[in-house]
Amino acid sequence: METGRRLASTLNRAALTRRLVQRLTHEEAVVAGIGNANFDLAAAGRRSQNFSMLGSMGLACPIALGVALAQPARGVIALEGDGSILMMLGSLATIANVKPRNLTIIIWDNGIYQITGKQPTATGGATDIVAVALGAGFPRAEWVRDEAHFATLIERRFDEGGPTLLAAKIDDKPAEGLQERDPALIRHRFMAGLGVGRGAAPDRR
Amino acid sequence: MIWSDAILAAFKENAVRLIAYVPDNVLTPLINGAAADDAFVAVCATREDEAVGIVSGAYMGGLRSALLMQTSGFALTGNALASLVVPYQIPAILVISERGIMGEFNIGQTLVARTMRPTLDALGIVHHTLTDESKLRFILDTSIKQAFTTQAPVAFILSPLLTGGNPAASAHLI
Repeated sequence: METGRRLASTLNRAALTRRLVQRLTHEEAVVAGIGNANFDLAAAGRRSQNFSMLGSMGLACPIALGVALAQPARGVIALEGDGSILMMLGSLATIANVKPRNLTIIIWDNGIYQITGKQPTATGGATDIVAVALGAGFPRAEWVRDEAHFATLIERRFDEGGPTLLAAKIDDKPAEGLQERDPALIRHRFMAGLGVGRGAAPDRR
Repeated sequence: MIWSDAILAAFKENAVRLIAYVPDNVLTPLINGAAADDAFVAVCATREDEAVGIVSGAYMGGLRSALLMQTSGFALTGNALASLVVPYQIPAILVISERGIMGEFNIGQTLVARTMRPTLDALGIVHHTLTDESKLRFILDTSIKQAFTTQAPVAFILSPLLTGGNPAASAHLI
């Protein structure tokens, strides 16, 4: 399957994350996977609508799906690394079948398990994650050609048109920030940022 | 009221609306009941730990949700429970149909079943084994309310004493 993978330039995760966060003007929820996806989201500035994991590798997309189902009027974005999405490829099939219009997935693909010693991932070899998403049934999935193309791709409403998957080839530069490691605080701030009380009973709000 | 209807009624009374599940023979009436009822959104996940992520996200977004799975599927959830649900204090409602005992024919199921309660205990997750239809309503209603009020997960283990067990088992037992 020709997806444009070979034409994708190598970009920088921190720079693209900053560009994305600047574009989020409607309190979109962002769920970032463990490690560098989280760290660069933190480096892009504190937002109450950010959620970061401390473990549970691979669950950024399922968590984002849950948020998207709970809040269909809000744009929801999952930021996930190639190693993490490879651990939970089935979630792409689930999402393609549930069809949340307000969910966008962005894969940062540098072809390595960067944080554990740069061992190669399957996407550094034969596996094309955009082809996987299209095969799973995503109506839209594409490679980011360059930074200008990324800017164009995120110049849209995030509460409609999904589910969409964007994959960016990125370098192996270290992340520019570090996440907080207080799970109760992370959850509490995120729920407050989404306007949800701790009981999560929408009928009682 | 049969057990599956009692569980769905308790979900409704407590505004639990999203049902994430991985299919299981015993759970079929519960899954079909949720799928056929407009009060619920039913999502079929590919793995149980994926479903843990979905219910966690839904809770944080304001949609109360439950996760249905069988014993062997629970064994896939260890890291998701230990690194997400428990430390983040997410009131995940876990419904586990119990295989591995009382007429199990598959030795793989008998072994993995023994890891379930020790895992729940190690993580400090409150669990109730449901055996009796007459006590279902009380246990479910009070425990679901406790979970959301105290932001703590709870597991309901559906014993073969309640469900009759796997209907396919009799063809395999000698």
